[in-house]
Amino acid sequence: MILVFIEVRDGKIKKSSLEVLSEGRRRADELNSELHAVLVGHNLEGLAPETFKFGASKTYVLESTLLSHYSPSGYTYALHSLCQEAKPEIILFSATSLGKDLAPRVAANLGVSLASDCIKTAVKDGGLEVLRPIFAGKAFATFRFKSSPVIVSLRPNVFPLVEPQDAQGDVDKRDIVVPEDKVKDGVQEVLKEEGAALDVTEAEIIVSGGRGMKGPENFDLLKDLLGILPHAALGASRSAVDADWIDHQHQVGQTGKTVSPNLYMAFGISGAIQHLAGMSSSKVIVAVNKDPEAPIFKVADFGIVGDLFQVIPHLKEELSKVLSE
Amino acid sequence: MNIYVCVKRVPDTESKIRIDHSSNTIIEEGLNFVLSPYDEYAMEEALRLREAKGGKVTAVSVGSDETTVILKKCLAMGADEAILIKDDAGEQYDGLRIARIIAKAAETNFQDYSLLLFGKQAVGSDNSQVPSMVAELLGLPQVNVVTKLEIEGNSAVAHREIEGATEKISFELPAVVSAQKGLNEPRYETLKGIMMAKKKQIPIITLADLGLSDSELASQLEVVKMEGPPPREAGRVIEDEPEVAAKKLVEFLRQEAKVV
Repeated sequence: MILVFIEVRDGKIKKSSLEVLSEGRRRADELNSELHAVLVGHNLEGLAPETFKFGASKTYVLESTLLSHYSPSGYTYALHSLCQEAKPEIILFSATSLGKDLAPRVAANLGVSLASDCIKTAVKDGGLEVLRPIFAGKAFATFRFKSSPVIVSLRPNVFPLVEPQDAQGDVDKRDIVVPEDKVKDGVQEVLKEEGAALDVTEAEIIVSGGRGMKGPENFDLLKDLLGILPHAALGASRSAVDADWIDHQHQVGQTGKTVSPNLYMAFGISGAIQHLAGMSSSKVIVAVNKDPEAPIFKVADFGIVGDLFQVIPHLKEELSKVLSE
Repeated sequence: MNIYVCVKRVPDTESKIRIDHSSNTIIEEGLNFVLSPYDEYAMEEALRLREAKGGKVTAVSVGSDETTVILKKCLAMGADEAILIKDDAGEQYDGLRIARIIAKAAETNFQDYSLLLFGKQAVGSDNSQVPSMVAELLGLPQVNVVTKLEIEGNSAVAHREIEGATEKISFELPAVVSAQKGLNEPRYETLKGIMMAKKKQIPIITLADLGLSDSELASQLEVVKMEGPPPREAGRVIEDEPEVAAKKLVEFLRQEAKVV
């Protein structure tokens, strides 16, 4: 059986968990195996039908008021007994902030190794084989596992969703008793930035600025573009972050985030090797830069040599035109 | 308060990565190795906590003899001690293997720890595994990707970065915490620090000292292939009047790439 951990945020299943379910469904079909899902927390039963739509035949709901907020130690405790009993052969997580935090703890609990942040899975000789970027995408390694269960986390925004089915499944709800001392690190509060925007790892389009933006105030130009593009997030190069023009959570690259959106738009980014590593797996890359020799043009599908301050207003106008069609 | 900062030696981020396809490893020759960037934030935080609250800061790394270079850097930054856990296995990309070594060392050699600090990931393997795994093996609370840390007695509050928000977590020490960029601004080594670090002995602990056998530590992940990134063909680059260029770009996005 393949078990998929389902992440819930603000009362909804995260899209990245549905991507993992979809990939799990494809591998389960190949392995002739069942696909189950697990929800951990409080009052989540109502979310089970959505997991059936994306391929699960059975969904465990591990219910405890103590786990209404995320706690890596508490969630691991809850998943431990389920794994002991249900004995999944493969456990899949999404490599979100939560998945990156929880999957290794669960793996250590079960005494097995983990492959993090994978971008491809395949069945080879009856076992799972996974591909993952290392060095932020400067190299790629294919792994097989010598331990069981196999635990893998999958990078968000990479795996396509299956066509949702009008399917039913079994809900296996369990009230679990978690000793209070097993919840050592529960989240007390989620602090949201005002008007908190989409994260670069989850966006379909990234509008990114570098040193060529010349100052923090000019990022408003990029925000203007974000305003008209759907599912878009603001990115930045390391030099813009280190100059304090923009917060580090927007940083794309080797000491920032590795991203693979449908469209990456680079403005005033020369394309240092660390930056290229972090965004080269974007499906489409476009760049605007004054310097015709800028390395970003070597990876861009479409480049404009020119002054971004002159190009952006026209770009906004043209985009608004086609998007309103 | 005694803090152990677990650090790793990695190729600097400017490195071009070349691959030895016969052994499925990266070619280390010609690479410049440094303290992993996120570990610098962990080191800095440890030093600030010691300055505010007293105690001792020890830098620990698992690796070959060459790893002493980054331990010297930690000493030069201001660590009181540095310890090398000698492991010549090289990069296995298996976080559990390293977590087992660190957890065992914590239990047997560093029993006085209040805080185990890490970088949120080592650049290179990009695993983000070891801190969570060590926490589980030792039964400790964990807070990863931390941008703010406050400690009062045995109680701590940390801010952890997630997608588009920050989580606030309260927990008790001892604990595992991993640092994110933004937690602080790491200091540079001083000349005095560098001179002192030169003189300082770095004790070595072997895996045998920890009672760990090769079979126990055999990697459970097998690298079956290693390759460079798929080549990306350069597209077209145009130089036009801004208005014309913008129009052509949107045409490309709409009609060819079909992404808007």
